[in-house]
Amino acid sequence: MSLYAFIGALETGLAFALVALGAYLTFRVLDFPDLTVEGSFPLGAAVAAKLMVSGVDAWTATLAAGLVGCLAGFATAFLNRKLRILHILAGILTAIALYSVNLRIMDRPNIGLINMATVYTPFERLGVPSFYAPIVLLTVVVIVFKILIDLFLGTGFGLAMRAAGANPRMAQANGIQVGRMIVVGLGMANGLTALSGALFAQMLGAADVSMGIGVIVVALAAVIGGTALMPSRLVPMLTLACVLGSILYRIALALALSSDAIGLTASDVNVVTAVLVAIALWVPVRKSTFSRRPGGLK
Amino acid sequence: MIRVENLGVTFNKGTALENRALHDVNLSISAGEFVTVIGSNGAGKSTFLNLLAGEIFPSTGHIFIDGADVTNWPVQRRSSVLARMFQDPRAGICEDMSIIENIAIAAARTSPRGFRFAITDNVRKMAVERLSMLKLGLEKRLHDRVAMLSGGQRQAMSLIMATLGSTKVLLLDEHTAALDPAAAELVMKLTGEIVQKFGITTAMVTHSMRQALEFGSRTIMLHQGQIILDITGAERASMTVEQLVQMFRRKEGSEISDDQLLLA
Repeated sequence: MSLYAFIGALETGLAFALVALGAYLTFRVLDFPDLTVEGSFPLGAAVAAKLMVSGVDAWTATLAAGLVGCLAGFATAFLNRKLRILHILAGILTAIALYSVNLRIMDRPNIGLINMATVYTPFERLGVPSFYAPIVLLTVVVIVFKILIDLFLGTGFGLAMRAAGANPRMAQANGIQVGRMIVVGLGMANGLTALSGALFAQMLGAADVSMGIGVIVVALAAVIGGTALMPSRLVPMLTLACVLGSILYRIALALALSSDAIGLTASDVNVVTAVLVAIALWVPVRKSTFSRRPGGLK
Repeated sequence: MIRVENLGVTFNKGTALENRALHDVNLSISAGEFVTVIGSNGAGKSTFLNLLAGEIFPSTGHIFIDGADVTNWPVQRRSSVLARMFQDPRAGICEDMSIIENIAIAAARTSPRGFRFAITDNVRKMAVERLSMLKLGLEKRLHDRVAMLSGGQRQAMSLIMATLGSTKVLLLDEHTAALDPAAAELVMKLTGEIVQKFGITTAMVTHSMRQALEFGSRTIMLHQGQIILDITGAERASMTVEQLVQMFRRKEGSEISDDQLLLA
């Protein structure tokens, strides 16, 4: 793998680490498989790009994208809690609707951001080689959000959210409004996802309406793969595992695609992803099957 | 403390499966009273407890707890005065969280959950103090996952969780039924001690006639959705398990298929 491919994998992994942290909140903490991200990721990109070409400063545009992303989460929570639609279906419905919304926001299928001042530009001016600027900024952003989530999950509200996901009946019996926890959790997760979309679009140099396809699988690959590689029950370790999972997934993907011996090309990326996720899902199952039988399988 | 008036609930109303699970129940339980609730399967015991907890809502009548009409309050609102223990030792706790985290969740039951750290020195101190009442050594295992505890230990811990906050009413739904005999006895003994110590008004559903008489200060028997026996004081004190079973048969007017179950 070339240095270029490695840097590319690292910065993409970091950008998607925010999606992975969001998926940790929904998938693991709330036990709510949230497919909204397929729509909220391009939503963040679309909002940021549209604002930037309209003359809004890149930081403001990125922040706005994150806030609009929260609304997408609220929409899914509304469908699930108020209209009693199955969680997966609620997410799919929001994501489908967001496709049209994103087209409306951008007025066209994509917006180019090449030669625009992005959030990465100030770092380039500081003398960081343009090649590394995204990595520096994304590392800081990801670490900040990782720590914020760790702290949040240790508060009274955060513990309540964990209880709402782990045992809704117990949570209610302890005065926790499970519905409210889902609203807040989905809002946070989709805010992070949209933020990630905005940062990724600026790195890529374009926002595209179809850039959300497969985001959920990438997020799950990071969460499931990361936590399979680093099993723990401590929240700070689990969020770290999600961040590392996101980066390792991209590196594994780059390795698989760059080794000529296997003969894989860029078009095989989805098959490789599916195989990686399947392995990550299988590893913990295999472990528990062995550990439940004293002495292992004969 | 608890007052129910003309309480009734009908499941599947207007269909072939219509079932009057409870009708015209009037009952008043005073503060500090420990009521044991018995009755055959389908008598309405669990329905009665679920109505008090807010898991189901009545078709007729009203429920008052601590002077407030809670008839239409959802579970989480009632939890400000009411705690509950379930039959399944996994139902009342979060298995993947630590003992101290579970305690912190229960301790915040009656106060708003803010964005301050949940596990403060106060919570830790209270957890150690309350858990040591159990004499099970749980106070030394605050950071252990609850999944590592036995069923009996979990129920004992749930009991302590129920005493936190400003609990005035405790509902026990066959909370020892899923435990082995030794653990069941221990949890029952602890229940008696803790309930008395904190003066919590308690309603316990049980299948065991012996338990129903041995614990608490009052026993009611439900049959076909109505209270058919309500004994307390001297009448209850002189009642033997055999007499209760006799009464059970007479009042029921139908055959009891499994004496073993009742006498256990």
